[in-house]
Amino acid sequence: MASRTGKIAAIAAACSVGLLIIGSLGFLQPHANFAKLTAADLAALRFTLLQAALSAATSCLLAVPLARALFRARFWGRGALIRLISAPFILPSLAAVLGLLAIFGRGGVLNNALAAIGAPQISIFGLGGVVLAHIFLNLPLATRMLLNGWADIPAERFRLAQSLSFGGSAIFMYLEWPLLRALLPSASAVIFLVCLTSFSVALILGGGPRATTIELGIYQSLRFEFDLSRAANLALMQTALCFMATLAMTAVWQPSGFGTGLDRRVLLRGAWPDGFIIALATLFFALPLGAIAARGITGLIDLPNGFWMAAGRSIFIAVLSAFLATWAALMLAMARARGAGIWAELAAMLPLGTSSLALGVGAFLALRPVMPPQNAALILAIFFNAAMALPFLYRLILPNCRAIEVGYSWLMASLGMSSWAMLRLVFLPRLAPILGFSMGLSAAMALGDFGVIALFGAADQQTLPILAARLMGAYQMGAAASVTLWLVLIAFVLFWLFDHLGGRDAGA
Amino acid sequence: MWQQTLHFRPLRRNMEKLMKTILLAAGGAFLATIAAAQTPVLNVLTYDSFATEWGPGPAIEAGFEATCACDLQFQTAGDGAALLARLQLEGGATTADVVVGLDTNLAEAARQTGLFAPVSLAETNLPMAFSNANFVPFDWGWFAFVYDKKQLTNPPKSLAELADSDVKIIIQDPRSSTPGLGLVLWVKAAYGDQAAALWEKLSDNIITVTPGWSEAYGMFLEGQADMVLSYTTSPAYHLIAENDDSKAAAPFEEGHFMQIELAGRLTGSDQPALADQFLTYLLGDAAQSALITTNWMYPARTPAAGLPKGFETLITPAKSLTIPADQVESIRQAAVDEWQAALAK
Repeated sequence: MASRTGKIAAIAAACSVGLLIIGSLGFLQPHANFAKLTAADLAALRFTLLQAALSAATSCLLAVPLARALFRARFWGRGALIRLISAPFILPSLAAVLGLLAIFGRGGVLNNALAAIGAPQISIFGLGGVVLAHIFLNLPLATRMLLNGWADIPAERFRLAQSLSFGGSAIFMYLEWPLLRALLPSASAVIFLVCLTSFSVALILGGGPRATTIELGIYQSLRFEFDLSRAANLALMQTALCFMATLAMTAVWQPSGFGTGLDRRVLLRGAWPDGFIIALATLFFALPLGAIAARGITGLIDLPNGFWMAAGRSIFIAVLSAFLATWAALMLAMARARGAGIWAELAAMLPLGTSSLALGVGAFLALRPVMPPQNAALILAIFFNAAMALPFLYRLILPNCRAIEVGYSWLMASLGMSSWAMLRLVFLPRLAPILGFSMGLSAAMALGDFGVIALFGAADQQTLPILAARLMGAYQMGAAASVTLWLVLIAFVLFWLFDHLGGRDAGA
Repeated sequence: MWQQTLHFRPLRRNMEKLMKTILLAAGGAFLATIAAAQTPVLNVLTYDSFATEWGPGPAIEAGFEATCACDLQFQTAGDGAALLARLQLEGGATTADVVVGLDTNLAEAARQTGLFAPVSLAETNLPMAFSNANFVPFDWGWFAFVYDKKQLTNPPKSLAELADSDVKIIIQDPRSSTPGLGLVLWVKAAYGDQAAALWEKLSDNIITVTPGWSEAYGMFLEGQADMVLSYTTSPAYHLIAENDDSKAAAPFEEGHFMQIELAGRLTGSDQPALADQFLTYLLGDAAQSALITTNWMYPARTPAAGLPKGFETLITPAKSLTIPADQVESIRQAAVDEWQAALAK
């Protein structure tokens, strides 16, 4: 893409994100008053940082062996397995918690097994449980990010390594370490930021007010005490943390420098632990997913009224926001890879450090004088969901854009390619798998989002997550489990469809 | 169960709703307003579970529309506390005419918004005297710890006994949930200055704290705890709707804290007469009967037919605890801080 058109598109994307986020937060900001931060707020800040750092570090460390094993091993159903283990990332948080409790909780599979051999029971509640849940939710994303990276090492480098008789340690040093150095900072930053805004998972599995996060404080002050100034303090604190994490990550990032190959595929021989690691990970992901399926399966056809409308509304929001998010992420990532400043990076990461509840309330305050906010709920849901997915998509697409830029910029320049030709002939074919994955991921994320509609929609504007929450509120736990299972299934189908459209067999 | 719930709305109505949604969303609110302007609209702001098909919403909507020649529309926001936050957010610009679902712990904060019109005192038979210039009570309940009789054969008989036992409980966070706040006020009403000490003793019983009622109740039903904070009427749901008599609420010697749910009319309403008519309807036989088995609370005015079969099996606490509405605001923050400090140790 010629730099001017591309840059204009990227600036447009950055501005829309900035307008959406800063515009909404701006309506809360006049209420901020940092003198009002209490000791409890600071304790919440400490716990938030601790759990987010631990969750990010463990998820990334575990993702390395898992991604490597999945990259090397070849077996029947490998593509399906890679997609399946992406599923936890798109689970609604309460469903994930209940799924994990069925395995690790009281009377769960693990404790029953421990009881059978006479071992003492374990309790999932506490910091360990919070980190476990965050690993369950985020390890899939980290693994996919690394797997994409492995798949993008040109096959020629592996062939060279083979002909030079590289052993394991040499491969690690010359191929894998540069790869990890390029990818891990961004993967850990993304997971750190997701966990930063965690609320239900942290509170429920944290086991009490010791495990209070900043997001709970925002929820409390906005929905319970209507203390706009405290909400604004906490929301701005989160945004500041997001900026710091993004800048820190940019500072340690280094290019992998593999150059380009001939887009050939690579086949490697695995080593013995691969199968073991894959089996273990499959078990870790599949057992809670199975528990979620088991909870919802009985009522799967006995659907509550309003289900199809809610499903339609959810899918509508999900698909449109997926297109928007992917487009914006592509523009920003291409601009950044082609030399745009840190502004593109910050604009793309901004939504991650932002409480969606604070955003919603800000938008509410902004819209109120103009129109009844519930009339804009659907449109806002699309834009907010797109914004919330943008940071993930940007981080996913950026490494590939950089690799393309490094490998092909001379060629493109010497051929005098038009921006359209560059996009069509160079970028899109190489980005197709990651764009498909990105679309699927953002569609699935939007589907499970509780979002602004819950905050100020009308009663008949419900989406699937809202329907499930309303069912639970009316003692209908079974029906809620079924709606949640449908939600997961639809999310998974959307994810699978888009990922499949991108082609290249799930990043392999 | 199958036949009962498997009736979809006619396709045409769905299509109309879809069209309406698209029109509204696309900024075509103008057209929709004209179309809807023929019959007066009464906007009722209520909490989420009120307006679901299992909540009292549908029956009350149908019943009232049959008498009022109007269109009743629900607006929803989370739970009781979220309702109040929504009103505070909207201020005078709210389009709601009536609010249904605040409670006594929120009444004073709601009154202070100045958004509520005076109401005439309705005739009720609550177990304790209640009068409020701005709100009418429409149902009420006692908070209680609910357990499974088959799992827990010897439930504690008081808060103190619970604190000394090794019974595991799940409670809700008073910073984000109305029952959670109810428990903190319960302990405060029963123990006063000793509340912090009781919380410290309770802290090893508390498996976890959830953001809202449904997470806690769901986790209890899946066997994660022996008891869960809910209402004395919760077992009636299992008994009547699911034909399951295994759940019970434990009577506590200190007494049980009451939650009275309130409704009020907004001063800014453009349908004041209709709003008053609705409040009267809400306390009538039809609505009160519907509330019992959809909201699973006690009616504020017992309908002529009495309580449904099954309610006689519920416990009746010997003593009802409460904190006067005008004192709640001053006690609340300190009581929550006390709770937080005791549990963070």
